[in-house]
Amino acid sequence: MTTTAPLLQMRGICKYFGSVRANEEVDLTVTPGEIIGLLGENGAGKTTLMNVLFGVYTADAGQIDIAGTPATIRNAADALHLGVGMVHQHFHLVSHHSVMENLLVGQPGRWGQLDRPYIEQRLQEIRSRFGLEMNLDDQVRDLSIGQQQRLEIIKALLRGARLLILDEPTASLTPQEADGLFDALRAMAAQQMGVIFISHKLHEIRAVTTRVVIMRYGRVTATVVNDDSTTNRQLAELMCEHEIVAPVKASSTPGRELLRLVGICTAGGLRPALQDIDLQVHAGEILGVAGVSGNGQTELADVMSGMLTPLSGQMWLDGQVLRKITPRQVQRQGLGRIPEDRMHTGLITTLPLSSCMVLPRIHEHRFSRFGVLNRKAIRQFTKEQMQAFDVRASGPDVRTGTLSGGNLQKVLLARELAWDPTVLLAAQPTRGLDIAAAQFVHEHLLRLRTEGKAVVLISEDLEELFALSDRIVVMYEGVINGRMPIAEATVQNVGLLMAGITEAA
Amino acid sequence: MEILSQILQVGFFAALLRIATPLIFGTIGELYAERAGVLNLGIEGIMMFSAMAGFSGAYFTHSLWFGVLVAVLAGMLGGLLMAVLCVSLGLSQHVSGIGTTLLFSGLSFFLYRLIFGQPSTIPVIEPFRTVNIPWLAKIPIIGPVLFDQYALVYLAFLIVPVTSWILYHTPWGLNLRTVGENPQAANSAGVSVAATRYQALLIAGMFMGLGGAFLSMAQYNAFTFGVISGRGWISIALVVFGQWSPYKSMAGALLFAFIDALQLRLQASNMIHIPYQVFLMMPFVLTILAMALVSRNARAPAALLRPFRKEER
Repeated sequence: MTTTAPLLQMRGICKYFGSVRANEEVDLTVTPGEIIGLLGENGAGKTTLMNVLFGVYTADAGQIDIAGTPATIRNAADALHLGVGMVHQHFHLVSHHSVMENLLVGQPGRWGQLDRPYIEQRLQEIRSRFGLEMNLDDQVRDLSIGQQQRLEIIKALLRGARLLILDEPTASLTPQEADGLFDALRAMAAQQMGVIFISHKLHEIRAVTTRVVIMRYGRVTATVVNDDSTTNRQLAELMCEHEIVAPVKASSTPGRELLRLVGICTAGGLRPALQDIDLQVHAGEILGVAGVSGNGQTELADVMSGMLTPLSGQMWLDGQVLRKITPRQVQRQGLGRIPEDRMHTGLITTLPLSSCMVLPRIHEHRFSRFGVLNRKAIRQFTKEQMQAFDVRASGPDVRTGTLSGGNLQKVLLARELAWDPTVLLAAQPTRGLDIAAAQFVHEHLLRLRTEGKAVVLISEDLEELFALSDRIVVMYEGVINGRMPIAEATVQNVGLLMAGITEAA
Repeated sequence: MEILSQILQVGFFAALLRIATPLIFGTIGELYAERAGVLNLGIEGIMMFSAMAGFSGAYFTHSLWFGVLVAVLAGMLGGLLMAVLCVSLGLSQHVSGIGTTLLFSGLSFFLYRLIFGQPSTIPVIEPFRTVNIPWLAKIPIIGPVLFDQYALVYLAFLIVPVTSWILYHTPWGLNLRTVGENPQAANSAGVSVAATRYQALLIAGMFMGLGGAFLSMAQYNAFTFGVISGRGWISIALVVFGQWSPYKSMAGALLFAFIDALQLRLQASNMIHIPYQVFLMMPFVLTILAMALVSRNARAPAALLRPFRKEER
């Protein structure tokens, strides 16, 4: 072990974005056979560090040695050439091309033609070495998320990667798919490859890694050898400066009804149709909406936020029926929303942060008069909100798209809570967030509940639903097929309802 | 019926292929650009400029092929400008394209005046003659239609299968398509997005140049200000009509040429008394109709119109 040169040695890496220090004096070593867990909150600099390694960004200072020799990595081609492969969180695949075509990109041809036999032969090798299989003729758009990820891994292996970086690889995998991934990673380590595994999920980090490197505020703050004595709690506390506490739900008695849906139906077609949705949410209550993704939760959220017009049905907000359900109307009646897709429906990533922060309320007198923006007030308001919600960005003028996922969610929360909504619709509010950011969101949802507001929490994370909700409804194929107070809910009975199995059947 | 039998003669089909030729050059050129993710709205101006440059080159050297070379280089110059604007500078493709068309159209008129002044008779060249392919040209009906054409006509119909082969069977073609679909994917596979788009735009310019050259040096024997008259724009429409496939785009060009050839004959036949403008309108109206019917399901390259910046999430 000691005689082999490390696969990778990064020393003193610094990377700045304006005045934000994304990486500062970072050292990282990977030896053959190691699976390194890279752990840290959103914005701790993990992804930046990996992008420096893969040539997406150029470091402002520092040195990278690969297999003992200093390396200059200016672009992805350099990284690939040196045996560094990366599986990005958002896959770099062409969905309208076949698996074969995605593997062939960037490969030299033979006699000027695409070299399909070479790919077939290499795939065979990869199958026998790592147990990864793939049908070459499938179109990528027909593959599941898990299969697409496998394709990304195969792509890297096919180019002779000896060091594989995976950026939050299990974010959208089923538990079975994640297990398959871990088996493949262990096979790679057994064959003297190195793996860097970036994740927030502590139990996965513990399950698959040999060593855990913890980053905070752009620096490496701790390294832990992963053995039986390592605990989730220990890792979590190293990752966050503050202690991790499970959300505490104060007792609360539901007050008057703040939101009511009656007989909501929507047209189907490409999206699942909602059928006869009835819901009530009261003051001081969190209603959890459970369901496997694609069973109408997105459509329900769209109806409630006025973006999808129902065929029939009515919506009451704070005791008043809405004559027309439009985004403007529901907002006027006091519904705040945290949309599922924060990058597209939530925020406009190409605009400065300050614009995103005030956009829904741009007509208010303090932000604009006679159609002219009051930029000073907008920036001031944005600064205040950034402070209040601990949004980490260089200033109100920064392009929204450059913020990390956790910070974007904080921006959304700050924006929606600033005008004191009576009902908050939160769709998948912690998807892709790290522990600290998720905890932050949870605290705010619970605070709203204590303040006597109503919250609709749509989530695929049962743990989250169970911890926060007062009542749970389960959606299956556009219908609410089960509702229960939280005291009666168990993973098992909710799980069955999510699979469409009702007790009556 | 009598009219039809008069029209659908050998000469009609030969004319059809000639009308289709500049459209095929334009369409295939545009297709390279768009498959790489760049909408080249500069095509109208680039074709105009090439027609002028090619004509001038041939006029002074008395070599038609030298003229074609000049036209090709002129087209590539246009492609280069587009590449600098949309790829290196990452500007809006719409604005860059319209700007390029305006610049190159204006430049064509300006340089033409500068070179030829305002002569009382319009300068002409001895245009290309048809190349009669031995034996094959003697086949009845098919021979005169297919094998007694200008060299550039043969070339136009040759580049369609070649382009298809390049796109779907060569590494470069796959890289090009990937750049047009998901530049991130291409970049992470070690393919330079910028270089690929530059190459695509230069090739596009080359074909647009050939289209311009055909018009001023084969179809006509002079450069006039109406020489392109919307053929560049039609090419853009035909790429959509052809769903970004070389063969389907060629079929679109042939359809347009068929209607255009038909209306020319109808105008000349003097048998139907309708204002000639109605005939002139026909190909365009039918193109719009065909587009509306066919291209509803067309899927553009996913990264079309999107500038690629590396350090962006």
